[in-house]
Amino acid sequence: MEHIIFYCLAAILLFAATMVVTVRNPVRATLFLILAFFSSAGVWLLLEAEFLALTLVLVYVGAVMVLFLFVVMMLDIDLAPLQEGFTKYLPLGMFVAALITIEMIAVLGANHFGLDVVPSPSPHPADYSNTREIGLLLYTVYVYPFEIASVILTVAIVAAITLTLRQKNSKSQDISQQVKVRREDRVRIVKMQSSPTKTKEQEAQL
Amino acid sequence: MIALSDCLIVGALLFSLSVVGIFINRKNIIILLMCIELMLLAVNLNFIAFSHFSGDIAGQVFVFFILTVAAAEAAIGLAILVVLFRNLSTINVSELDSLKG
Repeated sequence: MEHIIFYCLAAILLFAATMVVTVRNPVRATLFLILAFFSSAGVWLLLEAEFLALTLVLVYVGAVMVLFLFVVMMLDIDLAPLQEGFTKYLPLGMFVAALITIEMIAVLGANHFGLDVVPSPSPHPADYSNTREIGLLLYTVYVYPFEIASVILTVAIVAAITLTLRQKNSKSQDISQQVKVRREDRVRIVKMQSSPTKTKEQEAQL
Repeated sequence: MIALSDCLIVGALLFSLSVVGIFINRKNIIILLMCIELMLLAVNLNFIAFSHFSGDIAGQVFVFFILTVAAAEAAIGLAILVVLFRNLSTINVSELDSLKG
């Protein structure tokens, strides 16, 4: 039963991936990518990685793919020139991919990683919490990489906002304007009389 | 029961599909970004399969970090794409030759 579900999910995953790379419309490609991520999350659930499967759906489908959809729909793309070379490079691509697949299956096939070589682990008890295990490891052994990951996310936010920010009406420096400034524009010399009476009054107060 | 080799072969097929995608969609940056996402997905599948079959949760922690970096990469890549389209009105890779590379 378990491996029937696995094969169904894997078939949907590979079909969706094929459609992502072959379909003409980028919006459809994004939607097929979402399907690929969903079925991949199903496969991860079968492999008892519940936390990551839900993270994939929430973070990837919920945030990154929506970002992709936004960008794809915002850009007004002329699709015709982007499709040229599609059939020209198809044989070469198929050849390289077939080579990669054959090599990988020769190495990763059932001879070396089959069930009789790597037996399936016994399933975890019902009160086993995958999230708790990951958290225990993440906040003890991997706490330093975890902090670095948060810094990477901050840098990504800053970079993305800085890249797409329109420079008008923002507090940015215009170097050429700054260089062009003359002394007369900024400095004003005011001639005025000193007032001796006031100083006398102050002296009297003192 | 699922064998480890099944998961690894699905990962390998997914990876080579995205390689084909990079070959045949070499003009379209959006599809190229999607192919990179698919490649990362294949790598993550391998990590999780090995983590499950060797009973070591550290593989899942690595997938967590890969997801973080991939999200940052997608955000910055799409930001660059938007700026590119704003300046050049095209996302055709063959027209991005202002650096004369």
